[in-house]
Formats: sequence, C-alpha cells, structure tokens
Amino acid sequence: MKILVCISHVPDTTSKINFSEGDTKFDTAGVQFVINPNDEFGLTRAMWFKEKQGASVDVVNVGGAETEPTLRKALAIGADNAIRVNTPATDGIYVAKQIAKVAKDGGYDLIIAGRESIDYNGGMVPGMVAGLIDANFVNTCIGLEVEGNEATAIREIDGGKETLKTSLPLVVGAQKGIVQESDLRIPNMRGIMQARKKPLNVVEPVEAGTHSEAVKFEKPQPKGDIKLVDADNLDELVNLLHNEAKVI
Amino acid sequence: MSVLVYTESEEGKFKKTAFEVASYAKGVADMLGTDVTAVSFNAQSAGDLGKYGVSKLLKVNDSKLEKFNAKAYADAIKQAAEKEGSKVIVLSQSANAKYLAPLLAVQLEAGYASNVVTLPEGTEPLKVKRTAFTNKAFSFTTISTDVKIIGLSKNAFGLKENATETSEEDFSPSLSEGDFAINVVSVDKAADKVTIADAEIVVSGGRGMKGPENWGMLEELAETLGAATACSKPVSDMGWRPHSEHVGQTGKPVAANLYIAVGISGAIQHLAGVSASKTKVVINNDPEAPFFKAADYGVVGDAFEIVPKLTEKLKEFKANNA
Repeated sequence: MKILVCISHVPDTTSKINFSEGDTKFDTAGVQFVINPNDEFGLTRAMWFKEKQGASVDVVNVGGAETEPTLRKALAIGADNAIRVNTPATDGIYVAKQIAKVAKDGGYDLIIAGRESIDYNGGMVPGMVAGLIDANFVNTCIGLEVEGNEATAIREIDGGKETLKTSLPLVVGAQKGIVQESDLRIPNMRGIMQARKKPLNVVEPVEAGTHSEAVKFEKPQPKGDIKLVDADNLDELVNLLHNEAKVI
Repeated sequence: MSVLVYTESEEGKFKKTAFEVASYAKGVADMLGTDVTAVSFNAQSAGDLGKYGVSKLLKVNDSKLEKFNAKAYADAIKQAAEKEGSKVIVLSQSANAKYLAPLLAVQLEAGYASNVVTLPEGTEPLKVKRTAFTNKAFSFTTISTDVKIIGLSKNAFGLKENATETSEEDFSPSLSEGDFAINVVSVDKAADKVTIADAEIVVSGGRGMKGPENWGMLEELAETLGAATACSKPVSDMGWRPHSEHVGQTGKPVAANLYIAVGISGAIQHLAGVSASKTKVVINNDPEAPFFKAADYGVVGDAFEIVPKLTEKLKEFKANNA
C-alpha cells in the first residue's frame, strides 16, 4: 500500500497569535512551528500500517523552504520520503490542487490529511483532494483499517460515531482517535539522524487559481472583568445566569 | 438566483441549526435582493421553515438517502443549486455539513468559507468574517468565484423570525452509482443524550475532578440544565472520559450559550476551543487558575461542595420557573 500523508506547518498550540502589516499577515516572530496535530495523528496511523501491514509512507507539504524542518520531523517520525511543493499555501482549493497532482503522479492508495489545520481552520483540503482525484472520502476519521482493497473507517458524527465500508483509493480527514495521544511518537536521535539522509524532493507547483483570500485579521475583544460569586451564595449565581446573562 | 440553504433534519424533523442557517440565508438574500430556497432530505413538510424566511422547499425523498451520504448529498445539493441558479449556498457546520461542503465546492467550482460568524460585510466581492486560529482570531475572507458556499458557525447568528409563505416541491436529483461508494455499516449514537454539537449548555470537567468516579455530580448538573457533558484534554488522555467529550483546540470546539467549567485550570488551547461560547462560568479552588481571566462568572472553592449545591439551587429555580 502506498500512503501519502499531508503535513501542514502550523504554529504550536500554545502560540500567541499576532498579526503584522496592518493586520493582513500572520506574525511569525517568535512562533514555534509544528506538524499540524490532526496530521500527526494521521501520520502515526500511517506508521502503524507501514510496520504492521507493510506500506510506504510519503509526506507532502505545500509551502516555502521554511516548512522543511516540519517535513524533516515527519521523516524522523518514520516517513520514507518527503515532497515539498514549492509555493505558498494560499487557499484551500489551491493547496488541494497541488496535493491532487502529487497524489495522481504518485499513484497513492491512501491519502491521509488532518481534518483541518489549526491555523486557518478551513477544514476543506482533504475533501477537495478527494473530489479532485475522484477518490472515496471519509472525514473526521477516528478509526481506520485496510484489508487489501477494502477499508473500514469509523467517522465521528455529532453525538456518536458511525462505521463505514469503502474501497481504495481513499482520502481520510484524520483527527485524534485514529490513534491515541499516547501513540504519538517523539522522534529519537536515530530517527533524527536518519531523517537527514532521507529524500526531500522539491517540486514546482501546478498552475491553479485561488477561490478565496484572507484580506484582514482581527483579534477578539478582550474579555471584561469576571464577576466572582461567593461559594456560599450560589443563589446569586443562578440569579445572574437568569437575569443578567439570560442563559437559563 | 435564490440563496440555497441546506436544512438538516433528523428522523423527518428539522434540527434547530436548520432554522439558524435559514435565518442567515434570509439575511443574505435580503442583501442580494432575492429569496431563499431550502433543500432537505427526507423531511415530510416545510414545518417551521417559513417562519425563518424560506420561500421554497425542495424536498428530496429517496430511500437510498435515508442515511447521510456525503457524496450523494453533495451531488443532490449541487443539482438543486443549478436548478435554482443559486450563487450563494448556506450550510451549517455540523459534522455532516462540514463533510459534504468541500465535495460540493469542487463540484460547483465554488469558493467555500467555513466557520463564518456574521452576515457578509459586502457582496461585491462577497466578504465574510470567520474564526481562525481556533478562535484566537477572526479572518475577513473574500470569495471570488461565481458560486459561493458559506458555512455558518453554530449559535453565531441565532434565529431570526421572518414569516414567509413556503411553497413545497418534490425534487429528484439524478444520482449515480459512484455516489454510493461508501456504505454505512452501523451507527452508534446515544439516543437520549444531549450532544456537544447540539447543546445550548455544556458542563465540562477537568483534572480537578480527581477521577472518573466523581463525574456523577457533573452529569446530574448537566441533566438538570439539559446540558451536554464535556471534558478537558488531560481528562480524555487519562481515559477518564471518552475522546468524543474532549473540547479544546485539538478536540471539539464549543459554541454554547453557557459553558460551565469545573476543575479546569484553563490552558490556552482549552480556552481557544471554548471561546465562542457566550457565557462562561468557572468553578475552581485555585483563584490563580487562568480560566478566571477568560470567564464571565466565577466561584472559588471546592467543586465537590459547590457542584451539588448549585444543582440543588438550579432544581429549585427550575421548579419555580416551570
């Protein structure tokens, strides 16, 4: 089985988010970048297939040279090859078209991407890739088994889950649950050393248009002061929730 | 030219989010000088859709579509959009709507903006405000395509009444075999439980609850309020509660009217995930917990004493206000 895992290069979850150039650009100063957590859950599942069932695992990122350390980390976790499409990730459809090209050229059976990146939260690239290459698609995937050409996937739905049967080629939008948090791997020294020698191919983008543009950013209004209620006066809390907040 | 809205139903009944997206679609239609057409699957009648501004309902009734199927639903919505000549399509951000939206976007070559929180700021070009960086920021996004898809965040717009006469029309899209390449084997859903996605109120517990055996009091509080239960990341990582209850940046976002956090200190990832909730209450014995800076109301003290007392007070309140 040939697996392609899409890796988004995103600010660490603890990052403070600021903008520059008149609130039109994300300010990367002092920001630590990591593999998008949803992608990392997917990558870890891909490693399981590689080790337990025999599979090759390639990783792809659409972005400039500054994203290469994130791809190297994916190689250190155990991916075999990395591909970087040398162009800024402008919008969902543009990124999806780049990945679709890599996916078609590589003839992958299974493509795993996080259900969304934690920076722009578009939540559209996996589905768009599936649509573009006419593969089956399972979103919010929290369990995946592949046997020959058949796949069984568990999808998280609002308030529960459902089990789906489908066939390859398949694109999944992965999230926590496809592997557990405790299954995630911290690259060891050997992995890091090996990753340096693994191929990281830079390919040029295909021509594609964009459909949307983030023209400006804004930070939420700072929260007003909290009202503290004494633990012995919970009637007051009920009163505030009813008369002031009007939520009960 | 109508604005097309996908109104979700369950067992033939419209979900509350269906009325919210209908209200929103009506707002967009007013900006564009047009009206609203809804498309629904297996709903018997328009019900209350007219109350929220829907002029026409396209009813798709097909036994093959009884269970949600992203590709087939996307295909049907695409055909509805083409039939109506719709340039704007509005849908919710339920798990199902988020699943089909990118498929629909590819089919219609439409630009798609997810997590939208307000009516468009302008229509030429269409400019929407959406959350990004997991609620740590907003992004103003323009969509440049002919057909546009807007995914409206839950609880962002609310219900707006706009009484309209609704005509109903049966609609039979032509679906191909390829639309049914994924089959649902089983669905596992607690029938009597309020889900985090649908809940108006969410009661959430953190490490301060000390162990899964102490969740009974949170469940009772939740039951009293008709709320869903949720938890912080460490709680789900330790296996005290299922992952499906984990809320925060890598878990589920919560956009409830009321979010009650018990024994949750308030890590930045957690606060980001719940920040779209309107009113937040924190109960914690550590007055230095970061959550006190992000909440509207707070009680400093022992959760094991406060939660049962609060439940009693709320029961009294409910009894007096029933």
